Amino acid sequence: MKWSEFFSMGGYALYVWGSYLLTLLAMGAEIVFLLRRRKRCFRATTDSKLNGVIAE
Amino acid sequence: MGNLGGPANIFGIKTVLGLWRLVLGLWALAFEVESCVRVGIHQTWSQDLRPKTQGLKPKTALRIGLQFMTRINWYKYASPAAFYSLAGRMIPWFAVPAAVLFAVGLYLGFFVAPTDAQQGDAYRIIFIHVPAAWMGMMLYVLMAIYAAIGWAFNARLASMMASSLSITGAMFTFISLVTGSLWGKPTWGTWWVWDARLTSTLILLFLYIGFISLQAAIDDTRRADRAGALLAIVGVINVPIIYFSVEWWNTLHQGATIRLLDKPTMAPPMLAALLIMLAACWLYSIAVVLARLRCIIVEREQHVWRMAMVRE
Repeated sequence: MKWSEFFSMGGYALYVWGSYLLTLLAMGAEIVFLLRRRKRCFRATTDSKLNGVIAE
Repeated sequence: MGNLGGPANIFGIKTVLGLWRLVLGLWALAFEVESCVRVGIHQTWSQDLRPKTQGLKPKTALRIGLQFMTRINWYKYASPAAFYSLAGRMIPWFAVPAAVLFAVGLYLGFFVAPTDAQQGDAYRIIFIHVPAAWMGMMLYVLMAIYAAIGWAFNARLASMMASSLSITGAMFTFISLVTGSLWGKPTWGTWWVWDARLTSTLILLFLYIGFISLQAAIDDTRRADRAGALLAIVGVINVPIIYFSVEWWNTLHQGATIRLLDKPTMAPPMLAALLIMLAACWLYSIAVVLARLRCIIVEREQHVWRMAMVRE
């Protein structure tokens, strides 16, 4: 498939690439929020002098 | 006797109890035989290694007996602390294959699957729309099951799992609605229509959001779990409605193209890409849900670790 054809998706580029972009954003956001939650909860537990008790 | 139902209705309560005692007796006999065979008959008499089940309720005695016989602690991973480390070891085994399968599925979907005769290249949204919709539905059912287990058996970890599943499920349902909308505009000529499937999927999203909000609104964690469980269980009726909506009602959304037992009507490369993307979404969901579960365990079980610290 030629690259120009690939990018235009038969004229439906907005819809197809829009869908996949939004999906990527949603999954990416989920992962980012998850990583931030992880950092927050481990920071909270190490701050309260439980350092080293929780096996990583 | 009329309102006892089932076997008690047909055979009478005494017979049912008698049969139950017979079953327990057979179980005890099998137990006896197993310990005799394993330990040696003379040792069984002199050195009783069987766990003491005297005075326990039949169900508890059964469980302890089964655990002893199989030497497996079936409930080991019901403890949040125990499952925490297992989940940590599991996550990479799901995350890495998920990434690989996403790459393979998207390659097949964009470079191998042919252009559709009617829809042109717009149909390629299917490779994310359909898996996301399926995940939204399946994760809701799983969430309801775990919430029910957490409620019925007072199992904290099961409720935590339900809370973890809710966010991923909501995300997938949102994706399915948005990608469906973007697919509908060029093919149906409209961003949205209030037909059965779209409306019930929107309701599913509201149920997810309701579950998450309800749990966030209640301070007492176990009460929050139970309230959420009620919502999840009542809402699960929506999932078969979504699934059968295209059969029961006259909808704009097309009917089912893939059935479990019939031959598929889709071209093989398209079907292959679709199923690979579905597998990728499953693996991704498991990895993300387990990672979030670990966070929830740490957040909720802090008092356990604090007590351990204090004792030391």
